[in-house]
Amino acid sequence: MKNHVWRPLYIVLAVVVLVLLAQYIIVPKDFGIGERGYMYGWHRKGNEAEWKAVKVKYKTSEYCKGCHRDKYDDIKSSPHAAIMCEDCHGPALDHPKDPPTLTIDYSRELCVRCHFYLPYQTSGRGKIRGINPETHHPEAECTMCHYPHNPKREATR
Amino acid sequence: MINRRDFCKKTMIMVGGLALPLAAFELFDPKTLRAEKTDTEKVRWVFLVDTHKCVGCGMCVKACKIENETPYDANVTRTWVERYVITRDGKVHIDSPKGARDGFKTGKIDIGGGKFEDIKPEEIDKAFFVPKLCNQCDNPPCVQVCPVGATYQTADGVVLVDREWCIGCGYCIMGCPYGVRFFHPVYRVAEKCNFCYHRITKGMKTACVDACPFDARRVGNIKDPADPVTKIIMTERVNILKEEYGTKPQVFYLGLTKEVK
Amino acid sequence: MVHGEAWTVKELFVYPNEYIYWTIQIVMYPFMTGLVAGAFVLSSLYHVFDVKKLKDIARFSLVFSFALLPVAMMPLLMHLLQPQRGIEVMLTPHFTSAIAAFGIVFTTYAMIVASELWFVYRKHFVETALELRGIGERTFAQHMRHLLFSALTLGAYDISEHALERDEKAVKVLAGSGIPVACFLHGYAGFIFGSVKANALWMTPLMPVIFICSAVVSGIALCILTYIVTMEIRKFLAARKQRLYPKLPSAAELKSAEVQVVTMTAKYLVMFLILAITLELLDLIFRGYTAVKSWDILRSVIYGKDFTNIFVIQYGFGNLVPFILFLLPGLTIRRAVAGTLMVLLGVFMMRWNVVIGGQAFSSSFAGFMHYHLPIWPHDMETYKEGLFGALTVIVTPYVLFWLFNKVMPVFKETH
Repeated sequence: MKNHVWRPLYIVLAVVVLVLLAQYIIVPKDFGIGERGYMYGWHRKGNEAEWKAVKVKYKTSEYCKGCHRDKYDDIKSSPHAAIMCEDCHGPALDHPKDPPTLTIDYSRELCVRCHFYLPYQTSGRGKIRGINPETHHPEAECTMCHYPHNPKREATR
Repeated sequence: MINRRDFCKKTMIMVGGLALPLAAFELFDPKTLRAEKTDTEKVRWVFLVDTHKCVGCGMCVKACKIENETPYDANVTRTWVERYVITRDGKVHIDSPKGARDGFKTGKIDIGGGKFEDIKPEEIDKAFFVPKLCNQCDNPPCVQVCPVGATYQTADGVVLVDREWCIGCGYCIMGCPYGVRFFHPVYRVAEKCNFCYHRITKGMKTACVDACPFDARRVGNIKDPADPVTKIIMTERVNILKEEYGTKPQVFYLGLTKEVK
Repeated sequence: MVHGEAWTVKELFVYPNEYIYWTIQIVMYPFMTGLVAGAFVLSSLYHVFDVKKLKDIARFSLVFSFALLPVAMMPLLMHLLQPQRGIEVMLTPHFTSAIAAFGIVFTTYAMIVASELWFVYRKHFVETALELRGIGERTFAQHMRHLLFSALTLGAYDISEHALERDEKAVKVLAGSGIPVACFLHGYAGFIFGSVKANALWMTPLMPVIFICSAVVSGIALCILTYIVTMEIRKFLAARKQRLYPKLPSAAELKSAEVQVVTMTAKYLVMFLILAITLELLDLIFRGYTAVKSWDILRSVIYGKDFTNIFVIQYGFGNLVPFILFLLPGLTIRRAVAGTLMVLLGVFMMRWNVVIGGQAFSSSFAGFMHYHLPIWPHDMETYKEGLFGALTVIVTPYVLFWLFNKVMPVFKETH
């Protein structure tokens, strides 16, 4: 009788059953083929909602306009109009609840991002009026002489 | 009974005649490209970068890090800006210090190992900045190689990573020709730009688009013919990165030159 | 430090997120699976093609192949950033990815080797189980052994000539069907690299074939080497024990490593060495001839930075010198040891040059990355992906082999 030869096969079948059982128990029920097919859409559907639920940090200048109309109008009528408030003041998050105040970054590093003059004529950078921070008043903060909300005006500090 | 010469002549004419209208369908046309998408999705996110306008201020990188909670001091970033300086001798100098998180604070090129290369202004032929981010390809090679289905593409074209399912093998990182993927230092799974999916699905723009003061970055929906981004892609001379890989990237560049890697 | 930053040094322009992510453990993995596949093919040469002279080394290769199997999985578990999720490859496999094939191929191969071992050792299991059953008062250790061996018999106690013949036939079938599976086990590893279009060095259709050939080479070389070493150690131990237990067989009575067996096996080794080097040179020549976009940076890596690793160590010491050593007439055991050691070095360097070499240049084609293997670990990451992690992987098969030998003795006559 040939039957002892098949014994290892029973073990194999047991392993296969174990794997199928593990799949049934462990794999989340919403895991499957998505709209993009098997190659590009094999995933757990619930993850999409998880990504959509991430907290928004930056609220854009329109949000700031609500309470800070004066500063908003100031900057919007200046050469700095396109810079959003949060670029320099950090993300609004749940301001004014949390944080109650946003930081005002007075460092030279911030202004130098655009105003470090680089001689690149083929790029917008070369058209921005800039300085060499090593030689242009390295001891002072930019805002001592310049008003960031409207660089055409005098400093308010 | 038709003779051989006539038969050949007539066949040639017939084939030639047929080839003409058939050939008309083969010409690449952006409208065909849009129509080719047989799915009925109303949204397909695309991005537009204008390298003429980018000044390398790095506000986009800073905003992205904060919005998407990528550890600020870690040397990885979902988006970055590259600086290209082409000098008179034809050499191309490229750098991206900390991904341009702090902008470009020196005219010297960062060549790694703490070394810098001095460039004389009079030697510069052309110089420009190129922002980079995930291309959310139509044929994403990173999704193809994920062994467990932890990364995938949504119906509206954004490629996402399931942080709960990723095993951290790194195959997707090796599979991306653009180098946009990395291991998240805290979550220890694969990570990359996802077009601020939590913002665009709420009608907002991505953090980098909002942060850019120079209009160098724009996000839009290619399925909406009234979208200004769509109009530019359809009518102006746009280019894509590494077309030869067949990934069909959906980030379009204005002013992309041969030097850009 | 982000993952990869500790051992990567960037030069010129490298994309900000690029680091050397696939390091020493990814080099170890194809090396270990190569040894597994090669050892199995060698064992099958005896069982399928009836090359009788290989009988001793065949049984040895089979058990060693089984000891290598769990070790083949170790580098992967050490590499994964989320190793506890490794089982997902079997739960939600994404078959468009070559790595997903791992789950099925590995399990199939493990089943085949385990089954084959069962048929080879069934008589031994039955005899040992019956012998232990006969003992009236069993000690705890004996009781455990009795349980183990009874379980291993799978209830098939018939060891008549007829039943044993059936065992041999089953072994032949398994050994035969195992050869393509062993090829697949290693071919898919080559496919993992060869299919990555984003990597200019890896992408070539030749990669799976190159990997298979060098895997077979490494398996045969390891078996020859371990066979020689084990035979010599047994004689050495016997000589020492003889002073205490004069009844044991003396060193002179014990067989030493047979030169004929080694010479014969070495012939197969040389055949596959030739095949492996031909394919690699073919790949290199084609790349240089067609000179596509990536050729500039690849050339500076292959002929510049990695010149010693590729041409001196891998091709020179790993291929050319062993080739000469094995072909010179009158092969001695000593020369065989030197040759096989060098072949193993060459195969290891091939994996290294593919994995690390492929990450030596940036995807920007405008910069380089230098890999510094972490020597002394100062955290889990530098242990797992460092020298000591690699050493752990190398040592484990020998520990397992020593354990398995207690249940499936390699040197005792069991048939």
